[in-house]
Formats: sequence, C-alpha cells, structure tokens
Amino acid sequence: MIKPDRIVTTTCPYCGVGCNLELHVKDDFIFKVTSPFDSPVNHGNLCVKGRFGYDYIYHPKRVTTPLVRRYLLEKKPKPEGREQVFAVSKNGKTIEHSKVSNDWDWVETDWDTALNITADKLVEIYKRDGSDAMAVYCCAKATNEDNYLLQKMWRSLFRTNNVDHCTRLCHAGSVVALQKAIGSSAMSNTASQVIMNDVFIVTGSNTGENHPIIALQMKEAVQKYGAKMIVIDPRRIDLVDFAEMWLQLKVGTNVPLFSAMAHVIVKENLINHDFIARRTEGYQDFVESLEKFTPEYAEELSGVPAEDIRKAARMYATAKNGAIYWGMGISQLSHGTASAMALIHLAFLTGHIGRDGTGLNPLRGQNNVQGASDMGSMPFHYPGYMRVDNEANAEKWEKTWNIEPGGLSRKLGLTTTEILGHAHEGGVRALFIMGENPMMSEPNLNETRKHMTHLEFLVAQDLFINESGAFADVFLPATPFAEKDGTFTNTDRRVQRVRTAHPPRGLARADWNILCDLATRLEVRLGPFDGAQGRRASAKWDYANPEEILREMASVNKDYAGVTYERIEKVGLIYPVPDMDHPGTPTLFTETFPSGRGKFHLLDYVPVMEQADDEYPFVLTTGRLLEHWHGGTMTRNSALNEAYPEARVEMHPADAEMHGITNNMPVRVTSRRGEIVLRATVTEKTSVGVVFIPWHFAEAAANLLTNDALDPQALIPEFKACAVQVFPAREDELANPEVEVRRGRY
Amino acid sequence: MADKISLVIDGQELSTEQGKTLLDAARDNGIDVPTICYHDATTANGLCRMCVVEVEGMRVLQPACIVQSGAGMKVQTRSEKVIRSRKTILEMLDSTMDLSEAAEIQVMMQDYSTEPNRFPDAVRRESEVKDDNPMYVRDYSKCLLCWRCVQVCAEDAQYTFAINFDGRGFETQIGTFFDKAIPETSCVLCGQCVGVCPTGALKPKREYLLEQGMSPSEISVMNTGRKKRKNVERSNV
Repeated sequence: MIKPDRIVTTTCPYCGVGCNLELHVKDDFIFKVTSPFDSPVNHGNLCVKGRFGYDYIYHPKRVTTPLVRRYLLEKKPKPEGREQVFAVSKNGKTIEHSKVSNDWDWVETDWDTALNITADKLVEIYKRDGSDAMAVYCCAKATNEDNYLLQKMWRSLFRTNNVDHCTRLCHAGSVVALQKAIGSSAMSNTASQVIMNDVFIVTGSNTGENHPIIALQMKEAVQKYGAKMIVIDPRRIDLVDFAEMWLQLKVGTNVPLFSAMAHVIVKENLINHDFIARRTEGYQDFVESLEKFTPEYAEELSGVPAEDIRKAARMYATAKNGAIYWGMGISQLSHGTASAMALIHLAFLTGHIGRDGTGLNPLRGQNNVQGASDMGSMPFHYPGYMRVDNEANAEKWEKTWNIEPGGLSRKLGLTTTEILGHAHEGGVRALFIMGENPMMSEPNLNETRKHMTHLEFLVAQDLFINESGAFADVFLPATPFAEKDGTFTNTDRRVQRVRTAHPPRGLARADWNILCDLATRLEVRLGPFDGAQGRRASAKWDYANPEEILREMASVNKDYAGVTYERIEKVGLIYPVPDMDHPGTPTLFTETFPSGRGKFHLLDYVPVMEQADDEYPFVLTTGRLLEHWHGGTMTRNSALNEAYPEARVEMHPADAEMHGITNNMPVRVTSRRGEIVLRATVTEKTSVGVVFIPWHFAEAAANLLTNDALDPQALIPEFKACAVQVFPAREDELANPEVEVRRGRY
Repeated sequence: MADKISLVIDGQELSTEQGKTLLDAARDNGIDVPTICYHDATTANGLCRMCVVEVEGMRVLQPACIVQSGAGMKVQTRSEKVIRSRKTILEMLDSTMDLSEAAEIQVMMQDYSTEPNRFPDAVRRESEVKDDNPMYVRDYSKCLLCWRCVQVCAEDAQYTFAINFDGRGFETQIGTFFDKAIPETSCVLCGQCVGVCPTGALKPKREYLLEQGMSPSEISVMNTGRKKRKNVERSNV
C-alpha cells in the first residue's frame, strides 16, 4: 500500500462537468485519484479520463525546456516555408536526415533567451505592421487567470481584439442564439438539477461519452426520479437505452424538427400564455412563421414520423418541469445559430425556464470553456461579455489597465477561423497559441495547414509539441493543471479551485507566470512610451499570485465580484456572485432575462451546405469518444490511448453490406477536401447513410474531411455534416495496422 | 419533514426521524457503529453484518444499516452478544482473506481484540492478480465481497453492469460475464469500483506498479512504447 505524501483537492482538467478531485501524490507523482463523495458536482463519481488520465504529465515526450528554432538562436534569416517538425535536436546538434533545413531544428534553450526572442519578434512585427498583424488563441483548458492575462496582454499591449479560443468551434452557435434571444449564453441551471425535471430533452449531445458524469445524473433522473428523457440524435448513443423516446433525425434537420414541435405546441394550445405575455416578444410573427412547419413537413425532411414529433412535443409541453440539454450536434452546423434558436423557442412557448431544474442548457465542452469566455477570450467581448465596440466598456478597462483614454481598440477582432484565414502578407503575421491545437480542431485541415505555413511568427505555449506546435518558431513549456494554481469555471458556472499538486517538471513554468514575464519584456520593448500617442506604461504585470489576477478581473466583471479564493476554498461558487455575501446563483432568469424580454426569431429551414450525392453518397458526422480528449495532446500521450488507440469509422450494416465492407476492414474515407484511411466499425449505432468518425486521431484526422463552411452569424464551422465516399482499402494503408481497439462496449 | 420519534440506544433516550436506519440514528447522535460493506454512496444491503445491534424483543441481531428506527425501540450497540458477533466476523474474514490493505478493518480488529489464529483450519480465498486493462488491477485475494463495486457499476452510480457476483458459496467472486477480460465487457473504465473498494482489492494500475517497485519514470515510459506508431515515426522528419 502506498502512503501518499499529500492529497491535493482540485478540479478535473477534462470536460465541462468540473468534477472535484483528490490527487494522491507520492514523490511528486500522482499515483491515484479519488473524488470526495460529498462533492456537489459529481458526488464521488468520475469517468475514465478523470480518474486515470493524468499520466500525460509524466510522459517522456512532454517538453519541459524552452525551445526555439535554430535560425532564431543563430540570428539567421528564417528558412523559406514553415514546416511541421516535431523532433528536438539533442544537445544542440543538428538533426540528421531532416527533410527541411537544419535552421528549422528545435533547439533547447533557457527562458531568458526564449522570452527575449519572442518579445523581440512580436514587437518587431507589431511596430512594423500594427495591431491587425497580431493575434492570439487563448485556451479553454487553461485557468481563468491564465486566460484573463493573455487577452489583457494582446488588448493592452498590442491594441488588438484578435483574441479568440476554441469556443468558436464548439458552442458559438448556441452563444449567439442565446445572446440574441435572452442576452446571456451560459447554462440556465446546474447540471445536477436534471433530477428535478419530469421531462427533459437531450439533443445533439452524446452526453454519456462527452459529459459522463452529467449522463449519470440523467440516467438517475430517469431510473430513480421517474423523469422521461427524449433523445433527439442521429446516432443511437448510450442514453437511448434510458430514453422514453428516441427521435432519430437526419443530420442537419434540427430546425424543421424543433419548429414542428413548436407548431404542435401552438396548434394544440399547450402554450404557457402567461409566460409568453409577460416574458417574451415577437410571438405573433413567430406563430405565423410556424405555419409551414407541420409535423408532416418535418417528417419529410428529418425522417422522424410526424406522430413521434407530436408525442414528443406534447410530452415536453405538458411537463411540470421540462428542460433541454444540448451539445455540438446543435451548434456545429452552418445553421447552428438557427438550430439553437429553435430549441430556445420551445422553452419560450412552454415557460420551461427560470425555475430550478427547467431551462436551457448548452453543455459546455472543455473544463474551462465557460471561464475562458467569461474572461473575454473572445474577439467581440472584454471579460464579463462587455462588447469591445461599446465606449463605456472600453473606458472601464482602460482605467483598470492604466491605458490612456481611447487606447484600446474598439474594432471587433477576428475569430479563431478568421485569424488563420487572414494569415498572409498584410494580414495576421504573428500568432500566439496557448494550449490549443488548431491543426486538429479546425475544419478542412489541408487548408489550415496552408494558413499555418503563411504565418511569419508562431509561438506555442503547451505541454507537448502537438500538430500545431510543430509549426511554431518558439515553444514555451507550460504546466498542466496539477502544477499550477488558479480557477476553472465549469458548465454549471461554478468557479472552482485548481491547486498545485507538485512542482513543475524540468524548467516548465505555470502559464500565468510565463505570461507575466513575457508581458514585462514586451512592455520594455514597446517603450519608451510615445508622447504623441500618449501611450502609457500600461497595466500591472507583477502579480504575486493568481488570486491577484482574479481579483483584478472581478473588480470590473460583476458576475465574479464576490468570488475570492477563500470563499471557494471548499466548495465552488456559482456565478453571478455580485457581492462578497452573495451565495451564488444556481438558477438564472427567475424573474427576467438580461435582455428584458425573450425574443422569438423567425426561422427557415436551410439544408447543410454539402449534402450527400451520387459521387459522395454518405454524410459524415464527427464527434468525440469517452477515452479521448479533443485534439489528443493530453489523452494520446496517456494510458488512455491504450484503451482506445485508433480512429475508426462507424457505418451502418446496411450501407456496409452494399459497399462490401465488413467490421474491422480498412476503408478509405474521402471528401472533396481530403482523405483518410482507418478501420470500419459496422454498427447500428449510426443511421443508414451516415458515417461517424471521432476527430481525436492525428493519423486519420476527421477534420481533413470536414467542411469549412461557416454559420453566417456565429462563424462556427459545419463540423457535423459533409459528404464523403467510403471504399475498402488495404491493411498497409492504415497508419498503424497492428493497433486495434478491442472493447466490449462498442 | 418526517415525523420525529424517540428510541433508546445504549441507555440514552434519543430522537430521530421516522424512516431513518438505526445506523443513521446512532451516528446522528454520536454513537459509533462499525461498518464494512456499508458506504454512504451505495444502497445498504446488510451483507457483512459488522453493524449488527441488539434490539429488545427481536430474536436475532439486527443489521443497523438497513433496519429502520421505530418508536420506543430499545437498542444496544455494544452488548456482549454484539461484540462477540462482530469479533467473530472479523476473525473469519481475517482467516480467509488478505486484509493487509484494509486499514479501517485493521483498526476494528484492534478495537475488538481479535485472535489472529482463531480458525487455523480455514481455507484462504486466494486468486491471481488480474491485470487485464490499462487502468486498474483486481486482486480478489483481498476481496471480502462487500458488493460496493457491483453496486456502483449498476444503479448506484454508473448503470454499466459490467461486474456481478460469480459462483456460489465459498467460490463466490466478483466477476465479469463469461469471465471476459475487462476491456471486452461493457466496462467504461470509470473506476467508480476502485473508488469504493475498502480493501485494496481494486486499485489504479499506477499505484500497483509503484508497489511492485517500479519508479515513476519507469511507469511513465511504460505507457508510451507499447506499440510503435507511424505517427510517432513521422516526428523524425
């Protein structure tokens, strides 16, 4: 029996559930993870990632020394053409058999050198090309403090709003829809309130794999509290086994299906008259626009029998407490905003919002995507969702950051996808990536690859040289959650502590610490402060600890005003926490919406951009797996990869038979943008005509295939639908023919 | 609020809520009743019988974790009969299984002054360590069949139903359907079972490897090199 040197309580770094953890540490090594059974979030339960997925911290490939490309160290000109190179030279020797110039070798160096080079280059580019040339990806896995600092740096030092993170690729559609409809984009209730509902809808969310602990609470609601669950999803996800109804819609037909449910609710007079009159506007016009969305019309488009649509609509509308939970299947479409809006309408019509349990719940993906958004890691908003084009907001932050009046940019910045799209002469020249992996997470990766090569200067701050970091000029080794302090905000809006379990490996430093150091060096180089522009020595960078950073943010962001480390020492607070005595707000919108009345919007059915046709007969939809996490920087470097080592494409038996494909057979999946080879899983989990590929695997990256068509409002790409061909391939075309998943649960 | 009732535990007149178990009634009032199979997060089943108490008017000892409090009940938590019973349970466990990592039970054995060799002829339940998945190992020589792992795998938490009792009587073990290796069952590797195991029969693989004398760095390398992947080779451009 191993006796731990210490047990450190902290918050899980994987999904948005925000499970509470106890890390058992021996000799600076986490050998076991448990969870307190009195945790209000996860009641002692964890998933495979949360309980076992920490060995990436100790993986030999983790980079713990600052790296720069040789050309920078030797002050040579940058080699032509940026290449994706992972290998690090040993003791500064040149890498043999390098396909590219040895000037592009990664060379280990010290912090001073790496940070000075970074600061020199960033300032050089800024002084030459101005604010629009600078961009930054914040990180939904890093702490609130890290994210706040990073967006503050780019806004206050480089005067740009080209600040975004992967929220753009996941819930942007939901965020825009919710902002337009009610003026707030977080979950209206906590996830554990699901047991208070008698009917709830889960749609576009494979909750069992992506928010495993919330799925347990959903199953508990059904099994122990008698709730009825309606699953609306093209795939037979594991929640279907617990559902009262499963509406297996065709990919991309959310709007007609949900609108038909609204149609039924209105026609059968199941509406909440009082709620509509008191809390909403635009109802009359909306009802007229619903005329065409008959259940029969929706059946034609979605394949869901009209009678089932009626039954589901009645079930939800007549519930005492009804709630809706949704995920990427709603937002990752070229009509993602409209999809989410159609769901919001159901809550408006029935008044299922503003009470404990009921509400609108976009399940947030990353451990801190809620927090990173709250911290203003977005191109249109300062921390606290304060628009950057609003004069009063900008003035507040100018004051806080000690910037001359008018100094901050009022111009909306570029989004994640746009930043890379603008990587060319006269556009974005320098990009700083903290912990993200666009070379896995962007759609149409072949295009992304081109954009990456067009950057002039790229900095990666991460744990591993991932597919994106391999393009960088400078690599700054940061720390995982277990080697730093800070806070994460989970999908419940609960702000929870992250604590240091052991010191950083090697020379690695906590993200906030690196950023403070870099900002100080940038400030020196940006000065002496230009009298003509009145530019001042700006904001504070010498924070003693992360809490000081949080308090600075909370001095303006009212939602966090009452959050201190002391108050969240044991149990996290659910924001809004407007003052030091406020207990937090688990249920939002009890009296009113932030925008006053909820607004109905008129919707139309717009098909997905690329539909299956004779040449590309299958619809490809992408998603995630229980054992892996997004771009795989953490989980592919963990024992989790042994549990699920390869990408596979799910195909319906009927399709498989017709195309001569059997289970385990290697197949080539081709879209108009790329192709990959991987094994097939022949399963009824997917529907006829639809194939599914998880996007975690670099060697068969689903995003080589996906369509980069964008939702016009939220600018979120259409990850959930594109057209592909599938043909048998040879074993030797597989990236790793010897690796095969053997799991009973699939 | 449930109705209040009063009962007598160990001579003290106490008040509790109708429907509460004797265990909760006792613990709420600061009276300790030892338990082994009972866990706050699982459904009580009265399997281990460590929590037995003597209730006046009832023929046999009653498991406090499932018997509900009743008005006017007279309960003794440490009568001679109770202590003898608990002591015997501990001695029987000790004679048939490996309690070396069951810290709480070891404390109980001290409290009840158990005889180490009370049942010298007992056959020990021994089995090989099952190391069949990347996340946790199962050493059923240390398993006392408290059933917590089965419960959290089923309706008490995970709704996965990967494990259950297997075999009968002395042969009973926790097993998978058709004795399949864990990865081939419906197991999702969540490890809720590991989280509730009271004896160290279930433990994270990394903890097990540390115990086997591997160093943290050896363990870390182990997870990486098992299968050489082409995408790793790609890195040597």
